[in-house]
Amino acid sequence: MAPAIELTGITKRFPGVVANDDINLEVAEGEIHAICGENGAGKSTLMKILYGMQPPDSGTIKIQGQEVELHSPAQAIELGIGMVHQHFMLADQLTVLENVILGAEPMRSFGRIDFEAGREHLDEVGRAYGLDINADDLVETLEVGERQRVEIIKVLYRGAKILILDEPTAVLVPQEVDELFRNIRELKASGTTILFIDHKLDEVLEIADTITVLRQGRTVGTVKPDQVTAHDLAEMMIGSELPVPDAGASTVTDEIALEIAGLRVIREGDRAVVDDVSLRVHRGEIIGIAGVEGNGQAELVNAIVGIDDPDEGSITLLGQEITHQSVRHRREMGLGYVPQDRHRDGLLLGFTLWENTALGHQTEEPYSRGPWLSRGGMRDRASRIKTDFDVRTPNIEVSAHALSGGNQQKLIVGREMVAGPSVLIANHPTRGIDVGAQAAVWDDIREARSQGLATLLVSADLDELIGLSDTIVVMLRGRLVARLDPNEITPRDLGAYMTGAALGTEAP
Amino acid sequence: MTDRLSHRVLLASAAPVAAVVIAVVLSSIVLLISGSNPLAAYWDMVEHASKLETQVDILNRATPLYLSGVAAAIGFRMNLFNIGVEGQYLLAFIVAAHLGAQVELPSVLHVAFILVVAMAVGGAFSGAAGVLKVTRGVNEVISTIMLNAVVISGLAAWWIVEWQAGGEISATGGRVGTEPIAESGLLPDINGLLELFTREVGQGKKLTGVLIVALVVGIVYHVILNRTVFGFDLRSSGANPTASHVGGIPPKRMVVIAMTLSGVVAGLVGMTELMDTGYYPSNPISLLGFTGIAVALLGRNHPAGVAVAALVFAFLDVSSGILQISGAASREIVEIMKGVIILTAVIAYEVVRRIREREEAAAAAAAMAAGPAADS
Repeated sequence: MAPAIELTGITKRFPGVVANDDINLEVAEGEIHAICGENGAGKSTLMKILYGMQPPDSGTIKIQGQEVELHSPAQAIELGIGMVHQHFMLADQLTVLENVILGAEPMRSFGRIDFEAGREHLDEVGRAYGLDINADDLVETLEVGERQRVEIIKVLYRGAKILILDEPTAVLVPQEVDELFRNIRELKASGTTILFIDHKLDEVLEIADTITVLRQGRTVGTVKPDQVTAHDLAEMMIGSELPVPDAGASTVTDEIALEIAGLRVIREGDRAVVDDVSLRVHRGEIIGIAGVEGNGQAELVNAIVGIDDPDEGSITLLGQEITHQSVRHRREMGLGYVPQDRHRDGLLLGFTLWENTALGHQTEEPYSRGPWLSRGGMRDRASRIKTDFDVRTPNIEVSAHALSGGNQQKLIVGREMVAGPSVLIANHPTRGIDVGAQAAVWDDIREARSQGLATLLVSADLDELIGLSDTIVVMLRGRLVARLDPNEITPRDLGAYMTGAALGTEAP
Repeated sequence: MTDRLSHRVLLASAAPVAAVVIAVVLSSIVLLISGSNPLAAYWDMVEHASKLETQVDILNRATPLYLSGVAAAIGFRMNLFNIGVEGQYLLAFIVAAHLGAQVELPSVLHVAFILVVAMAVGGAFSGAAGVLKVTRGVNEVISTIMLNAVVISGLAAWWIVEWQAGGEISATGGRVGTEPIAESGLLPDINGLLELFTREVGQGKKLTGVLIVALVVGIVYHVILNRTVFGFDLRSSGANPTASHVGGIPPKRMVVIAMTLSGVVAGLVGMTELMDTGYYPSNPISLLGFTGIAVALLGRNHPAGVAVAALVFAFLDVSSGILQISGAASREIVEIMKGVIILTAVIAYEVVRRIREREEAAAAAAAMAAGPAADS
């Protein structure tokens, strides 16, 4: 049987860059085929070509053995190719049924929509593929995982036999990922071919039948998951030895930089989301906070940074109490912050890079002098960050949204580091960036630590926590429940502490 | 470098130029359909505008439009939609007219007093909407619309009766209005300044002294916005309030400050008329506040851009008169042109923004592929 998809010699150039360089890809009928690669490796471009959003400069596309030229997504859909984008394209105010039939409405006479026919077809699709959804729910009431299911149903409703999923797990929590994988396996069982883009290697190994790795626009290789480890895949992706987080020799001093005592943050009446947290971070020390997300880490960080006002307890920075001080005051005292969500909390996407490097430090020299901005100072700093932190950008005049995620993150880390902080709060500092940028961020934190920086590291990446921290504390239901030595703990044990299993208490 | 610069300038000016060209084309079609000769109409407009007296009219009209545009632009920069410029300037106008007539001060102080009162009233009234937003979560669009009604059919209607000049046929020449302000409180016209460059202005036309005030406001707006830490805070908070909060900029305080500043400038909008006539009439020049929103939109909230937009709108407004007199076309064509310019401008700006975004992304991708920026 002919392969479902056969791409030969696909090349796509953009001004000044080759996004896809002679890519060959063969996807067998009814398999789950994962495409891996760092940010900017050309995965998205390749999928856009396959979905008819962009024509390739050269190369051929064969679908079920037939050579085709794709000019639009509509044409791709006609050929049975459907794509679920990373960012959902749903109308919140409409029901599931209305969203699914939108643009493909079954009609009755006089231009009326035949909702009954739509509902029947939707139920059929749901039954055939084992996708469970209530057609009358408003989309705005749905969880992220359910919304994604609506997107998948939308594509199947239009008769897709080949499904492209663009980083489908990026927005999901672990339980939802399990659910998604179950759905994907059922889809496969009913004969659908699935093309799955991801850079979370454990997931890829779990779900894929075949894995193709891209690097810098080229196909590096196609492997079977039982022949490789996550480590091998990562090395294929970055093309060199994989960096491991490793703190090296301890540089912990006995000088306290940040002290938190009896901190409580109360939400929704009387629920303490941060409950009696006490913590000391010394100069030259990295304290890692482990915990399942939603156990108060975000609220703790917000209280330390000054975004939320704690209800009880105190925060002392370099010997000065700052419990209720403004964010700016804390920043000026030397508190650095790498936020979890760089788009929401870290960057001004439409602003130039040099303006972004001033954000959070705009009241300090050299970014300003008195009330006046110093554009020269800002530009100098930006150039320095570009070189020292290897931010890959044509110049510092481009706006922040032009950079890839990893480079945006390097910019933020660079911004906080060149300001010379005494205490750094790093909240998921390497989330969603590729391994190359991840290693760079680890290096930066280690380097600063050796010069006396006190770091509070919040992360969901257990290897990162164990590799970087001098001490790990575990946060569960707002409390610090364990204090562990990273040299003596495995990720598995740490996971047990995070869920409360190792403490003999039930997880919430 | 110069190449890239000229490319950027070209891109930036492409949008407004395209907007005006498309507006001219579409208006011509409308004119043709309605049986007028578009060339004749445009000729009348241009010929009329080439006269010095018309240019004075245009500047007099552009002055309040510019102030109103800057007021709206300050709000837009902070992601706030101050629809209340209309009410703010009318309230500032009537209060400044009334209080200005109550005091006796030496000339410079008297003028300054009136301007300060107008700015304070506008600022306080607009700032109130800001306070409502941050304390009670009231959307500023709703509150400023409602505050407009409070002024227009409430306070102003009441106070014009309350503060009406004594004696039926008083110094206001038989018109209903507040007590006229003494000569010392009125900004003189600046015909003298204009005549340094040209001939004498005829037809009794007077170029408003408030033009100078507007220029100062424009320069101060530019300097504060682009050269100060406060301006950075304002732009940053408007672009991304959460990231700015993390960066030490309190979002609520910025909302109140931005609304207040917007109102301070709005308070000056009515001064062109007040400094000309000396009192608040029963039918002051209105709708300047709403037009200012369009002016800010066309001028991209940029100090110079808003000035150009104000001149374009003023030119169209003044031209509508001549069209009626010459009979070349209906004066309403001017309103159609304004609408089309705004629509095409919004579209053209968006297109240019996307082109620029794509170019930048491609350049950044190229830099990424090129490898490390330095050894590391």
